[in-house]
Amino acid sequence: MDASTAVLLTIVTAATPLLLAALGELVSERSGVLNLGVEGMMVMGAVSGFGAALLTGNPYLGVLAAILAGMAMALLFGFLTLTLVTNQVATGLSLTLLGLGLSGLLGESFVGEPGVRLPKWLGIDILIPVSFILTAAVSYVLFRTKAGLVIRAVGDSHSSAHALGYRVILVRYACVLFGGACAGLAGGYLSLVYTPQWVENMTAGRGWIALALVVFSSWLPWRVVVGAYLFGAISILSYTVQTFAMGIPSQLLSSLPYIATILALVFISASRRLTRSNAPACLGQPFVPDR
Amino acid sequence: MSLVLEKRAERSTRMALLSPVLAILLTLITGAILFSLRGIDPLHGLYVYFVEPLTQLWSIEQLIVKATPLVLIGVGLAICYTANVWNIGAEGQFTIGAILGGMIPVLLPAWQSPLTLITMLLFGILGGMAYAAIPALLKTRFNANEILTSLMLVYVAQLLLDWLVRGPWRDPQGFNFPKTITFDGWQLLPMLFGSVHLGALFALAAALILAFVMGRMLKGFEIRVSGNAPRAGRFAGFSRPRTILFCFLLSGGLAGLAGITEVASVVAQLQPQISPGYGFTAIIVAFLGRLNPIGAIFAGLMLALSYLGGEAAQVSLGLSDRIAKVFQGILLFYILACDTLILYRFRWLKTHVPAAAQPAE
Repeated sequence: MDASTAVLLTIVTAATPLLLAALGELVSERSGVLNLGVEGMMVMGAVSGFGAALLTGNPYLGVLAAILAGMAMALLFGFLTLTLVTNQVATGLSLTLLGLGLSGLLGESFVGEPGVRLPKWLGIDILIPVSFILTAAVSYVLFRTKAGLVIRAVGDSHSSAHALGYRVILVRYACVLFGGACAGLAGGYLSLVYTPQWVENMTAGRGWIALALVVFSSWLPWRVVVGAYLFGAISILSYTVQTFAMGIPSQLLSSLPYIATILALVFISASRRLTRSNAPACLGQPFVPDR
Repeated sequence: MSLVLEKRAERSTRMALLSPVLAILLTLITGAILFSLRGIDPLHGLYVYFVEPLTQLWSIEQLIVKATPLVLIGVGLAICYTANVWNIGAEGQFTIGAILGGMIPVLLPAWQSPLTLITMLLFGILGGMAYAAIPALLKTRFNANEILTSLMLVYVAQLLLDWLVRGPWRDPQGFNFPKTITFDGWQLLPMLFGSVHLGALFALAAALILAFVMGRMLKGFEIRVSGNAPRAGRFAGFSRPRTILFCFLLSGGLAGLAGITEVASVVAQLQPQISPGYGFTAIIVAFLGRLNPIGAIFAGLMLALSYLGGEAAQVSLGLSDRIAKVFQGILLFYILACDTLILYRFRWLKTHVPAAAQPAE
């Protein structure tokens, strides 16, 4: 394998968890729910996936556990924001705080344990093609099917969707759970593929970068791919430069993905055309059906 | 029969006072369940965690010391969230405040006068304000989401601190440990009593002043209107961008003050870890305190207890101190859930409401 292929592969590896988590959040936001708990769902996915794979010796069960853990967290979020109509921003924050604490507690005995790596299929990590299939599926469902039309209607005008007889809350639950599954899978990718071990707070802000990617993509699935790969490239660049240029402080390079996220947000948000055209109109707004 | 939420005609004042109490009660019950799952007698566990730290004088002093940064940051965040301004990067503003204030003793180690401390505190406040101004300006100027930008800046601030204490600011006599020289004399806050330092007074003063501003002054009214009814605020001539900037500068300045207070007392130097997540825990303080500055004092003490209890649980129950973070997370969930009761009430519907007719295919 020559050097450029190797670099390309590491970019793909760094981009995949961002892509998975951002796709899930995109669907959730398209239905009008802003879930800031991505980081919390992701880190719970990472610890559950690692733990299940370690205890059973089966990495596929680890993937399953990661997805279920993300969904469990999402269900908690859904119950609060959709059933109890709590503030979505505050609830999402608390989901992240809880996830970071709980994963630290659960994963305490896993620190330093050698993990079980998800085997490669035909030389590549199976979750990489899965992330592309998922992108295609999300794009197809959102824009080519009736289910997608309903999701977007619920996100753009919940009262109209309700008046038409659609179950707004039910649709939102489904989308939030899908977001949780994707975030959990992204976390599982980190602890089963990216670095097969458990380190506390190992998501290191990737959940938040995924949230920024949704804005960056202006809520369009294929643009998430572009964003995720751009960020994958930036984080790999910071590692590669580290080995070449000894003079540059490693902390400066490590902060590049975060600074890039801020710059990307500024760049995209400044353009009204990009943010206003696709942003779900009811994003973050609670819905209580009148009876 | 089905249980549904029904909007109350008006906010329930009784519930507004009751809901934090209810949330704490539910957290305690959940805690008891958690303890029994780990094979610990739940009553003994709750006693060790939540009561024992209050039975000794030195631990009550510790409680005040730990509550100090939480209240300082929490009151600022309470104002922000009232105005619907989402600063969640207080941890970063705390760090920059500590760095900028700590710069004085690190770069001028020989300067010893009351002015040293005053300059340190001022630099701390200015550092926090300047760092908070970034997400505020990006929001008002470019409409960039302040939640994401302020949070990204936390990681940047922590990496900056890491670089400083491992590189240019490292103590040459520190046996290569990643830390700066130890502060002393006028580089440290004076003690009030026991281990309680002057910072506790800052926290109390900040809460009282802000309670007055929010309750009695036009600025407080402006902030509340801007959060609850932005349209009405615009008609009243209140500028939204100015409110955003004001809230960020205020909360950032207080977080920066908390940062320099912490490193000029408890930590007494700069090192890679200067906070056990005070900036994030203060978010819970703001909500538990009902976004009220006075409420934040009690909430700050409550969450300081969760840190102390975590340490106690580690020593006498053999639990990880990470249990503190779990309790904090659960508490915030219950606060938010119980707040539902302020605006809604539960009601049993006798007959099941038939789902509205499905639209024709």
